[in-house]
Amino acid sequence: MTQPVLEVTNLSTHFPTRRGVIKAVDEVSFTVGQREIVGLVGESGSGKSITGFSVLGLVDPPGRVVSGSIRFQGEELTQLPQKAMRAIRGKRIAMIFQDPMMTLNPVLSIGTQMVEAVLAHDRVSRTEARNRARDALGMVGIPSPEERLDAYPHQFSGGMRQRVAIAIALLHRPDLIIADEPTTALDVTIQSQILYEIKRLAQEFSMALVWISHDLGVVAALADRVLVMYAGRIVEAGPVEDVLSQPAHPYTLGLMQAIPSAVPRGEPLRPIPGMAPSPLARPSGCSFRDRCQRATEICSAEPRLDILADREWRCFHPNEGRAA
Amino acid sequence: MMGTPLIEAKNVSRRFSRKLDYAEKIARAFGANLSEKTVHAVDEVNLAVHSGEVVGLVGESGCGKSTLGRVMAGIMPASGGEVRWKGRELAGLKGPDKRQARLAAQMIFQDPMSTLNPRKRVIDIIGEAPLVHGLVTRPALRDYVADLAQRVGLDPSYLDRYPHQFSGGQRQRIGIARALAVKPELIVCDESVAALDVSIQAQILNLFMDLRKEFGLTYLFISHDLGVVKHICDRVVVMYLGRIVETGTPDELFSNPKHPYTRALIRELPSISDRRRDFTPVKGEIPSPLHPPSGCHFHPRCPHAFARCQQERPLLQETGPGQASACHLNDEPSPAARTGTFSTVS
Ligand SMILES: Nc1ncnc2c1ncn2[C@@H]1O[C@H](COP(=O)(O)OP(=O)(O)OP(=O)(O)O)[C@@H](O)[C@H]1O
Ligand SMILES: Nc1ncnc2c1ncn2[C@@H]1O[C@H](COP(=O)(O)OP(=O)(O)OP(=O)(O)O)[C@@H](O)[C@H]1O
Ligand code: SF4
Ligand code: SF4
Ligand SMILES: [Mg+2]
Ligand SMILES: [Mg+2]
Repeated sequence: MTQPVLEVTNLSTHFPTRRGVIKAVDEVSFTVGQREIVGLVGESGSGKSITGFSVLGLVDPPGRVVSGSIRFQGEELTQLPQKAMRAIRGKRIAMIFQDPMMTLNPVLSIGTQMVEAVLAHDRVSRTEARNRARDALGMVGIPSPEERLDAYPHQFSGGMRQRVAIAIALLHRPDLIIADEPTTALDVTIQSQILYEIKRLAQEFSMALVWISHDLGVVAALADRVLVMYAGRIVEAGPVEDVLSQPAHPYTLGLMQAIPSAVPRGEPLRPIPGMAPSPLARPSGCSFRDRCQRATEICSAEPRLDILADREWRCFHPNEGRAA
Repeated sequence: MMGTPLIEAKNVSRRFSRKLDYAEKIARAFGANLSEKTVHAVDEVNLAVHSGEVVGLVGESGCGKSTLGRVMAGIMPASGGEVRWKGRELAGLKGPDKRQARLAAQMIFQDPMSTLNPRKRVIDIIGEAPLVHGLVTRPALRDYVADLAQRVGLDPSYLDRYPHQFSGGQRQRIGIARALAVKPELIVCDESVAALDVSIQAQILNLFMDLRKEFGLTYLFISHDLGVVKHICDRVVVMYLGRIVETGTPDELFSNPKHPYTRALIRELPSISDRRRDFTPVKGEIPSPLHPPSGCHFHPRCPHAFARCQQERPLLQETGPGQASACHLNDEPSPAARTGTFSTVS
């Protein structure tokens, strides 16, 4: 097998607070292969965004990566000085944030911002930079890109702004893009347009993609492999068809059963009972244990990672029929 | 449906005049050809909602769903047409009648954080309105609010906390408890579950359905999640650029959509079972509401558009029992319109 683009091993990212340490990311390991699209799903507050921020070195102090390794194309990122990290960020790894206004500056024209983004990493003339910006806008399906370069963010619709943010992420044809719920706020037609463009571009430029989302339908349609997070940990991982059709971990199964199409129209939905544990007071052993119907005595110990072919899970009593 | 609707929009329009912003004023001073612009957020909409009904409102971002919701909840005046509450014009109500109608229609806003006062405790956020309107006495307030909190799945021991100390899903439930506290008859839910993960979303939707059973609540349910809409609504209304383009029962609308925009919308629906790897998006840009296309607003993106579509606005007309759409194809015996096996122009 070729070298993965991204190899995260035992990553922990903590936030010290007055009431204790929040283990937002707790011993997380995963890899992203070349050209692979990996979906990252899980409960709100489970650590998805912080995992992405950790890879890019964007964790807000006092939060920090306390242990583990992040290797990007073989290079260790956790020890990299700020300056070297800045040279990678935006150039070889790009992030698309949930809110495009985290990327865009409201008082500068789109063209100015994109030209700056090109010049931040490449020594080319302004004309050349502008041409690249124009081409990137065209690539994400913005009509008359030349004229649009002079527009300001507020003159674009929500969906167009999101595509501009995607165009900026694509400017340097990075090897890895981390996209944090970039389509959640969009309606299905725009969402579908963006998914279509992203997928096509990922293939065209052989980019790898980490796609964070709580929409299992989107992940099913887009990703090759899925990672499921719960309470700071990856509790299940595997090919997206297999995991979504035969979840091994009870939490994944719970998510699948909670979606409206899982029950006949009009019947009560089936949420996972109980609430996610506070990150300050997680139970010992399996953190899903208070909500899990399969829990037994043994679950008060830490479930280890079980690996079977291309699937893995952390559970003492995985569902029957998995990876059959 | 029979009888007087609980609430009815008759030819309701809502326009916004967008003032030039600072950059545009400067641009104009330097000779740019800019003037104040009018957005027709809602354009002559007719919509009746009957007591106990759950009506879903769907459509592209910016098509006017929230604006119509606000107008129907009585928190924003219409700029044309009228809203009737139990048969009487809302704008004409006075005194106790007006107050009663105001309380009876509540709105749950899309972003709970922007509508929850960060300096107030949850007990006051939920309890203020019922106290002011005499639905509960001060000594009984804590019990009243605790009971509501329990209903929406909030731990009553958290009532003295402030909004920022809650998670997104819990905040959403504070907004829901606040709306329920005044015993409304109609609730306008604006993207109330969009930001929640599927498990919390399921919890909230169950609560809505329970309340409907228990108190006969009526809902106008705004959402871009068609899976959710399909699951809980009795009737679905599709909007495009300020106008209603189709309405029908979920069964009819999702299995046999008539309007080309609805068809496109439904085809985009990602689902787990149907693992489509190719996306075929609706062609073309979302038109600007500042310069809506002439005739049928959808014509620049419609694979079936013909000459008449550019000139004449199609009116909503019945296409089957309980189903109506606004499309000139309804008058054309075109095979594409009848069979639904249209092909995408790409
Ligand atoms: N700056 C911070 N200070 C303290 N705790 C934080 C901070 N940022 C995040 N956390 C905590 O870290 C945990 C993981 O947060 P993260 O944003 O990664 O969740 P998520 O999985 O992305 O959730 P969502 O789906 O709601 O976006 C949460 O419990 C959150 O409260
Ligand atoms: N207060 C306002 N001033 C000016 N324009 C407005 C105002 N509120 C809404 N609009 C405009 O009216 C149109 C409809 O907006 P509305 O918020 O109703 O859309 P929506 O269907 O709810 O969209 P979304 O799905 O993005 O929430 C948009 O073009 C919007 O820019
Ligand atoms: S380890 Fe035990 S408690 Fe945890 S998910 Fe598996 S069965 Fe449930
Ligand atoms: S009226 Fe014409 S343009 Fe509009 S949806 Fe029907 S066929 Fe398409
Ligand atoms: Mg997040
Ligand atoms: Mg809205």
